[in-house]
Amino acid sequence: MDFLHANLPYILAGISVGGQYALIAIGYTMVYGILRLINFAHGDVFMIAGLVMIYAAASMPLYIALPLTVIVTVLIGFIIERVAYKPLRNAPRMSVMISAIGVSYLLQNLALYVTGGLSKMYPTIPGISNSITIFGATTKVVTVVTPVLTLVLVIALVLFIQKTKIGMAMRAVSKDFETSQLMGIKINSVISATFIIGSLLAAVASFLYFSNYAAVVPTSGAMPGLKAFVAAVFGGIGSIPGAVIGAFIIGICENIIKGLGWTTFSDAFTFALLIIILIVKPTGLFGERASEKV
Amino acid sequence: MKKTFAILLALCLIVAMFTGCASQSASAGGDVVKIGVYEPASGDNGAGGKQETLGIQYANSQVNTVEIGGKTYTVELVIVDNESSNDKGPTAASNLVSAGVSVALGSYGSGVSIAASDVFAKAGIPVIGVTCTNPQVTEGNTHYFRICFLDPFQGTVLANFAAGDFGAKTAYSLAKLGDDYSVGLCNYFNEAFEALGGTVVYETFPEGNSDFTSYLTTAANSGADVFFAPVSTEAAALIIDQAASQGLAAPILAGDTWDSNVITEAAKGKNVDVYVTTFFDEGDTSEAGVAFVTGFKEWLNANPNMLTNNGGNDAVAAVSAMGYDAYMVALEALKAAGSTEPAKVNEALWGTTHTGVSGAIAFDSTTGDAIRDVAFIKHANNETGTWEFVRIQGVS
Amino acid sequence: MDQKKKQDLIVSACLIAFILVVLFVLEKIMPSGNMLFVVLKKGAIYALVAVSMNLLNGFTGLFSLGQAGFMLIGAYTYAIFTIPPDQRLAVYQYFDGGVVQFTVPIIVAFLLAAAVAGLFAFLIGLPVLRLKSDYLAIATLGFAEIIRAFFQWDVLGPITNGSNLLRKFPTFDSVLFPFIVSGICIAIIVLLINSSYGRAFKAIRDDEIAAEAMGINLFKHKEMAFVISSAFAGVSGALLAMYQTTVQAAAFKSAMTYEILLIVVIGGIGSITGSCLASFLFVACSEWWLRFLDNETFIGAWQVPLLRSGFRKVVFSVIIMIMVLFYNRGIMGTREFSIDSVTGLLKRKRLPGDKKMKKEGK
Repeated sequence: MDFLHANLPYILAGISVGGQYALIAIGYTMVYGILRLINFAHGDVFMIAGLVMIYAAASMPLYIALPLTVIVTVLIGFIIERVAYKPLRNAPRMSVMISAIGVSYLLQNLALYVTGGLSKMYPTIPGISNSITIFGATTKVVTVVTPVLTLVLVIALVLFIQKTKIGMAMRAVSKDFETSQLMGIKINSVISATFIIGSLLAAVASFLYFSNYAAVVPTSGAMPGLKAFVAAVFGGIGSIPGAVIGAFIIGICENIIKGLGWTTFSDAFTFALLIIILIVKPTGLFGERASEKV
Repeated sequence: MKKTFAILLALCLIVAMFTGCASQSASAGGDVVKIGVYEPASGDNGAGGKQETLGIQYANSQVNTVEIGGKTYTVELVIVDNESSNDKGPTAASNLVSAGVSVALGSYGSGVSIAASDVFAKAGIPVIGVTCTNPQVTEGNTHYFRICFLDPFQGTVLANFAAGDFGAKTAYSLAKLGDDYSVGLCNYFNEAFEALGGTVVYETFPEGNSDFTSYLTTAANSGADVFFAPVSTEAAALIIDQAASQGLAAPILAGDTWDSNVITEAAKGKNVDVYVTTFFDEGDTSEAGVAFVTGFKEWLNANPNMLTNNGGNDAVAAVSAMGYDAYMVALEALKAAGSTEPAKVNEALWGTTHTGVSGAIAFDSTTGDAIRDVAFIKHANNETGTWEFVRIQGVS
Repeated sequence: MDQKKKQDLIVSACLIAFILVVLFVLEKIMPSGNMLFVVLKKGAIYALVAVSMNLLNGFTGLFSLGQAGFMLIGAYTYAIFTIPPDQRLAVYQYFDGGVVQFTVPIIVAFLLAAAVAGLFAFLIGLPVLRLKSDYLAIATLGFAEIIRAFFQWDVLGPITNGSNLLRKFPTFDSVLFPFIVSGICIAIIVLLINSSYGRAFKAIRDDEIAAEAMGINLFKHKEMAFVISSAFAGVSGALLAMYQTTVQAAAFKSAMTYEILLIVVIGGIGSITGSCLASFLFVACSEWWLRFLDNETFIGAWQVPLLRSGFRKVVFSVIIMIMVLFYNRGIMGTREFSIDSVTGLLKRKRLPGDKKMKKEGK
C-alpha cells in the first residue's frame, strides 16, 4: 500500500498527460496518413487554442468561451491548410514540410507579439480544475477525466471513419491519393475535414492540458507537439489506435523516468524509445507496410 | 519574375545599408549620452526583465539630463531585447555597442549577462549588473559591476532560514537544466544546507517542461521539509499551481526571481506557503523608499502600456527598484567621469557610491560587486495576493 | 574544356581574394562595433552549416534534422580542449576544475571538433540511415535531442560542466577568421560534390534503386555523406562557440535546425551559393534590418501603429512564409552563382536567340 501510495501520482500523471498527447497525436497521424506531411504547426495550433481560451474567458462567460475556442481553433486549422498547404499540393514534399515549419514559426511569433512575451495564466474551468483524492494521492479532477474523455472521443472518431461516407473517403484517400481522386472523391474537402477534426481534438486537448499545467507561453505547444508526433510515429503513423496507445505509453514512461530520478533524460528517453521502435519495426507498432514503388 | 525579385532584393539591400548608416550618423550629433538597457522582454525571463526595464524607464522619466564635464547632456535609453537566450544575447549586446552607448545596464538573469560579457569587454563598455546574482558575472573581469547581492550569500541566507525557521532536516531543491541562475543558487543552497547538517534531494528539469507533478511527488516521497525552487517565474506559476492541487505540505522557498506579482497572482486563493529572499520591499519606510514607491505607482497608472508590462497591476517589484538604482548609479558614474567615453566611465565606476532606494551602494575594489550583507524575506499572502514583509536577514 | 576549368578556377580565386581584401579594408575603416560585422561573422558561420546541411538534403537526398546536435558536439569539443588550465577552476566551478587539464592548439581543436562530430555521426548513422525520408528526419531530430540531454548530464560534469556555460576559451576578433575557415570548408565540400563521390550522391538523390543497380554502394555513400556533413557542422559549431564567446547545450534546440533548414530552402535546395547568400540575408534580416520594427516610433505626434517589441519577428516570419509559398524553389533554385551566369544574363539581354543555344548547351 505504501508503494502504491508513493508511486500512484507518477502513474496518474502519466495516464493523464498520455491522454492529452493522444488527442494531439490523432491530428498528426490523420494528416500524415492523407498528405504524407508532418504538420509541424499542429503543436502550435494547440498552443493558440490555449491563448484563445485565455482571452475569451477574460471577456465572456465560460459557456460561451469554451465553444468559441473550439470554433476559432477549427477555423485556424482550416485556414492554415488552405493558405499554406493547398497551394503546394504539387510541389515537392519537402516544400510542404518547410511551409509547415514556417507556419509554426509564424504562430509562435504572433503569440509572442500578442502576449508580449509574458506567460498567461489559464482560467479555471469549474469541475475539472478542483482537487480530488484517489487512494491517498491528491490530484486534479482533470487527471481522471482525461483518459475517459480521450477514449470516448477516439471511439467516436473511429466510428465516424468506419461508418460515414466522408470517413470512407478519408480511408480511400490515405490508401491511394491519385486513384481516389479519379474515383470522384473531392480531395480538398476530405483534406479540410481532416484538418478540422485534428484541430477540434487539439482544442479539447488544450482544455485538458492547460487545466493541468495552467500557464501558456508561445513555446507551450512545441514540446507536447513533438511528443505527440513521436507517439504517432511510435504507434505507426496513419493508425489512430496506434497513436493513442503510443501516446499513453510515452506519457507513462516519461513520468516513470522522472520518478526514478533520471529527470535530465525525461525528454531524451521519449526519443530513444522512438529510435528503438523505428529500428526494430520501421513502420511503428501498428503501421502498415508501405510498398516501394519502382 | 526572378529578375524582378533580384531587383527587389538589391533595393532592399541598399535601403538597409542606408538605414544602417543613418542610425550611425544620428548617434554622432547633439549633446546626448546613451545608456544601453540589455534586458529580456521575451522568453523565460520576459516578465522580470520588463519590470526591471520599467524601473530604468521610470528613473529616466524622473532624471533625464546629466551634467558631464560642465555640459548638460540628455540621457537617451537604448533598449534591446536579449530574449532570455544565451545565443541571442551577444547579438543584442552588439546592437548596443553599435548604437554607441557609454554604459550598459543589465541583465535580469545571470546566464545572458555572462554570455554578453565579452562583447561589452571587447568594446570597452562598462556594464552595471542589476539583478544578476551569479558570482561568475563579475569574476575575472574589470568592466562588469553589479549592485545586488550574490548567490553564495543568498543561498546561505535561504539555507539558514529553512533550517532555522522551519527546523528543516531534508530539503528538496529543483533547478532548470542549463539555467546558470537556478543551478548556481541551488548549488550554494545545497552546500550551505548540508553544512548545517541537513540532507538535500537535488533534481533538474529540462527546458519546455510544464509537468511538475512528478517532481512534487518525489519531493513528498523524500520527506522534504522545504521545497526550494529558484526557477524562472514562468515555471514558478506552474509549480505553485500544481503544488496546491497535489496538496504539498512543505513550504516553498525561492530566490529573488520569485519576487514578482506573477507569483502572488498564482498563489492567490491557493493552499501554498511561499517565501522569497529579495532586494527591496514595497513597504519600505525610508524616505527614499516611500518616494520611489509612490512615484513609481503614479507613473505606472498614468501609462497603460507600462502597467501591462508590469503584469497588469501596480505592485512594485524589487527588480524595478534595482533598475531605478542602477540608472542612478550610471548617472553618478557619468558625472564622476566627466566624459561620455566608456573607458573613462569604467574607471569612474570603481569609486562611485550612491545611496539608492534599496540601500547604500559601493563597489568592492576587486570584483566590482556591491557590498551587501542583508536580504529581505517576504511571504506571499494567499488571500490578498500581495507580498508581506517577514524580516531582514543577514548571514551569521 | 580544361582551359575553361582553369579559367573558372582563376576567376573564383580572384573573387575570393577580392572579398577578403574588401573585408580587411572595411574592418580598418569602420568602427568594430558596427552591426555589419556581427552579421558577416554570424552569416559566415551559418553559411557553412547550411552548406553542410545542403550536402545531405540537397545533394544526397537524405532528409536529416540533426544539424544542431552535431554543432553542439563541435562547439563543446572545441571549448573543452581550449579553455586555458588556469581558467578552468573558474569555469568548472561546481566540478573542481574538471578533469581535462590541458589545451591543444586552436587548429587541432577544430580538427577534433570535426572528428568527434563525425564519429558520433558514424555511430548514429549505422542504425538510422537504413530509415527512409520522414522517418530518417524524425530519428535524426530525436538523436539531436538525446545528444543535448547527454551533454547536460551531471555525471559528465567534470568534462562538459553539466548544463552550465563553458567560457573563457580563445575567440576571434576579426571577421576574416570565420570567412577563411568557412571558405576552406565550403571549398572542400564543393570539391567533394564535383568528384565521383558527389556524382554518386546525386545519383542516390535522384533514384536510389537505379543508383544501386548502377553498382553504387548505397549504405556506404549515405554514411559517408552523413559523416562528412556532420563533421562540417561540428566545425561550424566550434566557430559559433567562438563567435558567442560562451557555449551552452541548452541553446542547440531543434529550433536551430529549423532555422538552418529554412536558410537552405530559401537559398535553394541543391545550390551551394544559394545557401551562402541566404544565410547572410537571413541573419541580416533577423538580427539587424528589421530591428527598427521592435521600437515604438513616433512620426511627429503620430505613433506608428503595431510597432512594439516582438513585431520584428512577426514580419520576419511573414516574409519567410511568402518566400516559401511563392518562391518555393528558393533564390537560386538548383543553379549556382558564377561569373558565367552573370555574363550570360547580360548577354541574354542583347541576344534573344542566345537563350535557346544555352539550353541546348546544357
